[in-house]
Amino acid sequence: MLASYVPVGVDYLRLLPEIIMVAAGTLIMVVEPILGENKRTAFSSISVVAFLAALAAAIHANSIPGTSFSNMLIVDGFATFFRVLVIAVGLLSVLAASQYLRREHAASAEYYALLLFSVTGQCIMAAANELIMIFIGLEISSIATYVLAGYLRDDKRNNEAALKYFLLGSFATAFLLYGIAFIYGTTGSTNLADIRNYMLTPGTESNVILASTAAALMFVGFAFKVSAAPFQIWAPDVYQGAPAPVTLFMSAGPKAAAFAVFLRVFMTAFLPIAARWEPFVWSSALLTMIIGNFAALTQSNIKRMLAYSSIAHAGYVMVAIAAHNQIGIAAAMFYLAAYALMNIGAFAVVTHFSRQGEKYVNIEDLAGLGWKQPVTAGLFAIFLLSLIGVPLTGGFFGKFYIFKAALDANLVWLAVLGLLNSAVAAYYYLRVLVVMYMEEPGPATVSIQPLSAGIRTTLWATALGTLILGIFPSVLLNFAQSSSALVK
Amino acid sequence: MTLLDAVIFLPLIAFLISLALPKDNPDLIRRFSLVASSAIFIVSLGLIGSYWFQNPGKFVIETNVPWIDSPAIRYHVAIDGISLWLVILTTLLTPICILVSWRSIDKHIKQFFAFMLLLEFGLVGVFCAIDFFLFFVFWEVSLVPMYFLIGVWGHERRIYSAVKFFLYTMVGSMLMLVAIIYLYNASGTFDYTRILAGLQNGSIALSSQEQLLLFLAFFIAFAIKVPLFPLHTWLPDAHVEAPTAGSVMLASVMLKMGTYGLLRYCVPMFPNAAKICSGWIVTLAIIGIVYGALVAMVQPNMKKLVAYSSVSHLGFVVLGIFTFTQQGFDGAVYQMLNHGISTGALFILVGFLYDRRHSLEIADYGGVATPAPRLSTVFMITMLASIGLPMLNNFIGEYLVLQGAAMVYFRWSVFAALGVILSACYMLWLYQRVFFGRASEDLTHHMPDLNFREYAIIVPLIALMLWMGTFTQSFIPSISASTALILGPIDAGRDVHVRNSPAPRALAGKELANAR
Repeated sequence: MLASYVPVGVDYLRLLPEIIMVAAGTLIMVVEPILGENKRTAFSSISVVAFLAALAAAIHANSIPGTSFSNMLIVDGFATFFRVLVIAVGLLSVLAASQYLRREHAASAEYYALLLFSVTGQCIMAAANELIMIFIGLEISSIATYVLAGYLRDDKRNNEAALKYFLLGSFATAFLLYGIAFIYGTTGSTNLADIRNYMLTPGTESNVILASTAAALMFVGFAFKVSAAPFQIWAPDVYQGAPAPVTLFMSAGPKAAAFAVFLRVFMTAFLPIAARWEPFVWSSALLTMIIGNFAALTQSNIKRMLAYSSIAHAGYVMVAIAAHNQIGIAAAMFYLAAYALMNIGAFAVVTHFSRQGEKYVNIEDLAGLGWKQPVTAGLFAIFLLSLIGVPLTGGFFGKFYIFKAALDANLVWLAVLGLLNSAVAAYYYLRVLVVMYMEEPGPATVSIQPLSAGIRTTLWATALGTLILGIFPSVLLNFAQSSSALVK
Repeated sequence: MTLLDAVIFLPLIAFLISLALPKDNPDLIRRFSLVASSAIFIVSLGLIGSYWFQNPGKFVIETNVPWIDSPAIRYHVAIDGISLWLVILTTLLTPICILVSWRSIDKHIKQFFAFMLLLEFGLVGVFCAIDFFLFFVFWEVSLVPMYFLIGVWGHERRIYSAVKFFLYTMVGSMLMLVAIIYLYNASGTFDYTRILAGLQNGSIALSSQEQLLLFLAFFIAFAIKVPLFPLHTWLPDAHVEAPTAGSVMLASVMLKMGTYGLLRYCVPMFPNAAKICSGWIVTLAIIGIVYGALVAMVQPNMKKLVAYSSVSHLGFVVLGIFTFTQQGFDGAVYQMLNHGISTGALFILVGFLYDRRHSLEIADYGGVATPAPRLSTVFMITMLASIGLPMLNNFIGEYLVLQGAAMVYFRWSVFAALGVILSACYMLWLYQRVFFGRASEDLTHHMPDLNFREYAIIVPLIALMLWMGTFTQSFIPSISASTALILGPIDAGRDVHVRNSPAPRALAGKELANAR
């Protein structure tokens, strides 16, 4: 059996996306001093190439599914889904950021390297098959993201965001680690399948209390990462304070990866004690939706509004987890993909519109954009309608599918309250549409510049994706359904 | 690819083409949308022929292809005698509304006409969809263009009204969505015909409490759209603030989405729940009839007056549906069409007055008949149609509804008939204040008579009012054939609310029409 501890070729092949991205990130750091000031655009090209290569490697890895590195990692449909998703998020973040960084005179190598490292961590989270790997992936991802949140280091708001994110984030990670320790102490394993098997073994009932405590501690850690109530307090400040392209990234990538591990842990290892955690996830889901939607109603800053909206959307995904059935997993996967697309699109518009020093981030500043830049505003309208959940957009189908899962699990009241919540949500998204189309252009709109190539690509790609997911959801849904049967 | 698919998708194609047109050539955009929507109208007339040649009453011209594999969602469309006329009403009013907006829309012209075409796509789809998911998609899709039509091109308080309109509908839609998913989980399909068959033969077993809750979820969504008193408060705002074309589409077609939903889905699927609730629903409908008329009477604003008269007229439709009689159903459907024609025409005529005088206040008018006799004449005919004068369309619908109500419970028809009397009061009083009396100097100068474009708009509608008021048999038999199919299974347990039923109850509307 000793031989199995020596990694073989296929192990590396399954880990290839992470290897590519780490190599590219390191390369960028190394060549920065060599390239000098005027070759900075090379970094974004290197990252784009690296992300594309990682994307190809992640897709290829799906054809050789299985575990690697002595069961530490697992490549299955679920892992592939989230790896492709977070790598795509990384790619779009690079495209949306390059002009912003030039504008803020901050186009240095660190941004791209940190982005690559962060996505690497998220890929590991998506493919992790045991708790220590989850922890390592989470830390790689989080630490890079803490730094990114404070990337413009001369900016006060950036510093505040980074510090807040870091302090609260480490605190939450400690809870997670504590939970892992508990589980190891109780079950003697950190492997998800082993934990599940232990809990299914007759005679371990007395340890259920300990296991539930561990589940509760880990729930705190995950709920923090996905900004679910009551651990969502950090999100608005951090999202508002961080640079716009970083917020774009944070609201999609780390969140999707955190949900991936949340789903994997709770739907495999902790599934035997689902009856114990379901009420907590249920109430957390409802609370998250209510807090997110009602707080967003009164925001005037668009980044903060989208931050609360992102909390609300985390609540919808929590509904799918509360359903804890296979449709719920597929629904959460689909929703996270749709959410990533529409949210990246919305934040890309904010990045484009905010101008140097993020001068224009109030909703009122968008006045009349619909008639000054019809294409930008039209695409933004698609994202907003998708966030509202209007049919023919990915946001609608995702929401539909989540609440279908909830009704399958007989969570009728959660479904009714959740859907009524989304009617509340319509109000604050509509307000942006109102400002864009029904008010006269203001100074911010008059001085608007044309879209940069990177942001234009991001916007069109995400808008097309949003519409395709809304009109032909089968393209993604079939894959999500076939990979929602997690390896147990 | 059937004729019906063409009628559904041509507006979408026209919408996409209109987006690609250059925005600095407004005439091209106007002409394109007029030609496109007129062509769609002509194509849609072909549906009448196809309908009669194939099995009248049932769903015909069916297309049923898979759209999304899992959950099984299908693109399933078809029409029957109820939806046929509503589709044609939509396709008829779209070119008329485009003509109405020809000059009165002067900003963002391209977007306006594009939204009109998108709206047509959503509305036609709502009336044709047989799959619940598809129905919901069209239901929501029609919301977006109307939101923009009100919010961008409306009057002063347009933003408030547009948002209110959107949110009201959205709340109802969400409840409906829960009910649709719940039905899917119980039956494994979104297909309306299969769900209906399953509910009727008992293969989909729902407890009576479940039925009641599902009925209410659908009912609230539709009642908001109708709108039924006391959920009507969005309507006066939306109607008054919308541009003329928006008001027309809203009143003539969008409100029918609600009554159509009640008749198509609510009542046939949950007949027992509908009967249990019919007492208070009819009460609300009658309150709506009388309340709408009374409030209309005191309005100083013409558009608001017409808007409240809609609340009153739509009360008749709801009353007709919840009598569960052949006459009531026929009258309800006929009244949907009548209201679409006559209230649409009223909004258009008020729009004509607004184009000339830029005011909706009744007090700003008076003596219009002197400078504009032809405008006054067409207004008079439209107003009389709206009141329910025999030989004009509304009379037939209201009569059938009242007869249906009388067969079930005589007192209902007494109170509802009060609404007819009141409608004569507010309409005639409006007419008197606007058209009679001495015209001021200022008004005479700003009140040219109808021009060619306006004739082209209003003459077809007047002709339809006369036609629908005299040759009812061109419409009623096809409607009856379909409503009889809905009524058939419900009829079995009809004794719940039947009292004082003097006439033989199976007297079909067809015979009625012939007897006249």
